[in-house]
Amino acid sequence: MSILINKNTKVITQGITGKTGMFHTKMCKEYANGANCFVAGVTPKKGGQSYEGIPIFETVAEAVKQTGATASVIYVPPPFAAAAIDEAVAAGLELVICITEGIPVRDMINTRYKMRGKSTILLGPNCPGVITPDELKIGIMPGHIHKKGRIGVVSRSGTLTYEAVGQLMDLGLGQSTCVGIGGDPVNGLKHLDVMKMFNEDDETDAIIMVGEIGGDDEETCARWMKANMKKPVVGFIAGVTAPPGKRMGHAGAIISGGKGTAQEKLSVMEACGIKVTKNPADMGKLLMSVL
Amino acid sequence: MNVHEYQGKEILRKYGVATPRGIACFSVDEAVKAAEELGGKVWVVKAQIHAGGRGKGGGVKVAKSIDEVRQYATQILGMTLVTIQTGTEGRLVKRLLVEEGADIKKELYVGMVVDRATQRVTLMCSSEGGMDIEHVAEATPEKIFKMGIDPATGLTDAQGDEMSRKIGVPEVAVPQARGFMQSLYKAFDETDCSLAEINPLIYTGDNKVLALDAKLNFDSNALYRHPEIVAMRDLDEEDPAEIEASKFDLAYISLDGDIGCLVNGAGLAMATMDVIKLYGGSPANFLDVGGGATTEKVTEAFKIMLKNPHLKAILVNIFGGIMKCDVIANGVIAAAREVKLSVPLVVRMKGTNEELGRQILKDSGLPIISANNMAEAAERVVAAAKEHAAKGTK
Repeated sequence: MSILINKNTKVITQGITGKTGMFHTKMCKEYANGANCFVAGVTPKKGGQSYEGIPIFETVAEAVKQTGATASVIYVPPPFAAAAIDEAVAAGLELVICITEGIPVRDMINTRYKMRGKSTILLGPNCPGVITPDELKIGIMPGHIHKKGRIGVVSRSGTLTYEAVGQLMDLGLGQSTCVGIGGDPVNGLKHLDVMKMFNEDDETDAIIMVGEIGGDDEETCARWMKANMKKPVVGFIAGVTAPPGKRMGHAGAIISGGKGTAQEKLSVMEACGIKVTKNPADMGKLLMSVL
Repeated sequence: MNVHEYQGKEILRKYGVATPRGIACFSVDEAVKAAEELGGKVWVVKAQIHAGGRGKGGGVKVAKSIDEVRQYATQILGMTLVTIQTGTEGRLVKRLLVEEGADIKKELYVGMVVDRATQRVTLMCSSEGGMDIEHVAEATPEKIFKMGIDPATGLTDAQGDEMSRKIGVPEVAVPQARGFMQSLYKAFDETDCSLAEINPLIYTGDNKVLALDAKLNFDSNALYRHPEIVAMRDLDEEDPAEIEASKFDLAYISLDGDIGCLVNGAGLAMATMDVIKLYGGSPANFLDVGGGATTEKVTEAFKIMLKNPHLKAILVNIFGGIMKCDVIANGVIAAAREVKLSVPLVVRMKGTNEELGRQILKDSGLPIISANNMAEAAERVVAAAKEHAAKGTK
């Protein structure tokens, strides 16, 4: 088994008629088993139409009823994206992946509040999505740079995840699942949640964990791993050179109040038995060394 | 986005947060007129810049006569104010806030931030106001109290009362302090703040609670629904290079090194800065061109980087996923030609069609240094920067 998604996952695209939604749905549909997995689209007022042979519905609930989908991916513009997550949660989906970047934090606070006690898993927002190579990709990552294998990747950043995958591929190592958790401060899955899934996944042998400055999610994950992780994990944290108080692109990537520095994260990870590198060019090699 | 203290107080007053009366001024005459209008016997003349530590830097003065108001306004307006937050170059003061003086009996601290771990707004208070709160947090963490705010109920009466008592608000002023915190939360929530800091919150000789200072930051993702706050933006307080970059949808931050970086994706951009440092260089900037590294964006990015007089070399690090490396290579060449690139350029591309991309760079006839991976790219750009610097000094 992989984690989160596999070749049998049935997916809805929310915002399928927008430019981004159309482009990436087509790319995902063309990747591996995508044609059988992307079963529905949702755009209000466009129900009854279709895109690339995928039927479009007015609401997520209707799409679920008609297709039996259990997951959705959201490309809805920022002002409406949190409401799109709410709708997907209300429709009882198991997994909601929100790609949209730039959602107001207050909207996400309210959305996460409404999700309390619900079983829906949220990935993102502001993330590249998730891919189980040679089975299914849901998101904006380039599919062809991956291949099936036994290494898990979890990261807050998009292109840095691709960089890690690229380094694995140069060493001939494929991936079980690659998860981009996104760069926003208030979001769904954290490093810890994904790590727990990899820990239980019998198709994953080792994990690359890529973090960045801001918050303390990496530290929380590291402390849990010290006592519970059964598999080798290597880590890199971006932003050793980032000055405090400056937001480095991602809304969540900021050192504030002296907290969230890369050095602090690396120290905690090391103390918890995780092999770390300060050289982003060495992520693949480091992983190879622990196999 | 940040606003000035006087703007922050204007916003807070709309939500019923108590502040001293004050008037924003752009000249000495305006300051004198403001003091006369406010009346009373004591005024505070405060420099308005987007940085903390103004008092210690000499940017806040208490005036006991109209003549002193004039004297201090003359002193502060036009001064280059250096504080712990401005860096050594300081900030030119162009605006003042003249406020009525307050009878300070005790200084407290009230702040609100979004807490990632609880995914809620956290109210953070301390009895130790008027000081650097990070210092208080480090030296005496037991004097800082935190409370999560339920988004459905807001800050409850019970929470407000409890917090007020914890930080030593006298019993008679507790209802007022509770109301103050509730109003502050309402303002925070409705205007999409990412940070609100009242340092100090004071209570006065006649047991009134007032925001003596106000620092508000706003969530840039939510500015589209607050045109009245966007109108408060003061471009003089921002880095011209960052403003220019934002026009082209480039995320740019100036740093103090000499190697320019152009990267797609924020995480990879930070990692590129890190690897430059690791190989003995120093990044001149953070620059994320986003997903579409088009010719136009790369050209504008080069132009912005080249305005930096310290620039000794540029490193382009692109992971070509959806956008192919050959397209990126052509874009980089066109951009380099258009800006007549005057510093060495190292390009590292990875992903779709990377070999074709490298060939295109090679065939361009431009002195572009190609690299196969991040380590090699960093090594080469650091060497190129040193060589360029050596040439310059000859």
